[in-house]
Amino acid sequence: MAMTIHVDIVSADTSIYSGRVEAVFASAVMGEVGIYPRHTPMLTRLKPGEVRILVNGVEEQFYVSGGILEVQPSVVTILADTALRADDIDEAAALQAKAEAERSLIDRGAKLDYAEAQAKLAEAMAQLRSIDRMRKGKGH
Amino acid sequence: MASGKEIRTQIASIKNTQKITRAMEMVAASKMRKAQERMAATRPYATKIHNVIQHLAFAHPEYKHVYLQDREETKRVGYIIVSSDRGLCGGLNNNLFKTALKDIKTKIDKGLEVDVCTIGKKATSYFGRLPVNLTGQVVQLGDTPRPHELIGAVKVMLDAYEDGSIDSLYLVFNEFVNTMTQGNKVVQLLPATPEKPSAEMSHHWDYIYEPDAKEVLDHLLVRYIESLVYQGVVENIACEQASRMVAMKSASDNAGDLIDDLQLVYNKARQASITQEISEIVAGAAAV
Repeated sequence: MAMTIHVDIVSADTSIYSGRVEAVFASAVMGEVGIYPRHTPMLTRLKPGEVRILVNGVEEQFYVSGGILEVQPSVVTILADTALRADDIDEAAALQAKAEAERSLIDRGAKLDYAEAQAKLAEAMAQLRSIDRMRKGKGH
Repeated sequence: MASGKEIRTQIASIKNTQKITRAMEMVAASKMRKAQERMAATRPYATKIHNVIQHLAFAHPEYKHVYLQDREETKRVGYIIVSSDRGLCGGLNNNLFKTALKDIKTKIDKGLEVDVCTIGKKATSYFGRLPVNLTGQVVQLGDTPRPHELIGAVKVMLDAYEDGSIDSLYLVFNEFVNTMTQGNKVVQLLPATPEKPSAEMSHHWDYIYEPDAKEVLDHLLVRYIESLVYQGVVENIACEQASRMVAMKSASDNAGDLIDDLQLVYNKARQASITQEISEIVAGAAAV
């Protein structure tokens, strides 16, 4: 039987693949890499692209949108990103989060704050209930 | 005393409410199981990335990333506060906010300024009303948040840390212990201080880095912080569902008690009216 190496492909929200394979191929930032058993320890960033693994002579493919490839003496780990990442995309997301915060700060002054209105309503209802109870208590 | 018909309608309406709370309880129970599975699914990534960072940080003591450095002076601290989008989950959010406020207050008492970034609607509306500096927010994540939906909120804080406008960063979320117990947790994200590597970690081999150690470490650290925040969010969702389940169960139980009480009142009223009728008939018959 051919020599095998353990591979874990994980992303932040799920484990994609885990098992023993004969080889792993991935597109790293410096070019395509092929990892066979006894590869020297290595750490590199991945480009968005395919990760192929060879299991019993059959090739399986996964798509990753970037991530990190780590090769240890006995195990290969691919930490995959869950979405396409680029500095400008990240920047846009950050700006959006900021803008939304600013908007909710402006809304703070607005009269119609649903959550607050709801909280006040609940409070008023509780007061009414206790008044009701007090009255009933006296009536008896 | 209320008449028979009034009590009957009241019982019927409480029964309807009970049906709703019971349905919500069951929905929450199944969602909680799924959330727990997701919680377990996020662990491998976080553990792996943590191991790699530990290894890197100790293999290259000469290179200190800004996220790993302790700052001599702290002037401003940042908080990422995770809450649920929806209510009806008992005191979950309020307890968390109380813990967060207490922590924030100790910082303010020390003369520090505070920036807050909120995840979830409840935190946003709560901290929006307080005189704190809200720098970022993410809402409407739903039951299955994706890691990339949090990038914006995390990046706002990481950027602030990098350019020195905040000097440390904390994450506040609910920790899932079990169905009945959820703990409020305040975790320091930045500066991240890696622990000493364990014996198995410290054997002497190092990676080949492509392109170089510094770039890989920079990249990894951002992902690491993101994965911690993501884990907090996922855990918070599991807590939300567990807490909702418990709250809805007690609501259903209370509705049952109310119905029992009302039923008793109703039966008494009915009995009284029958007795009265009989005595009227008997009195009538005696008179004849």
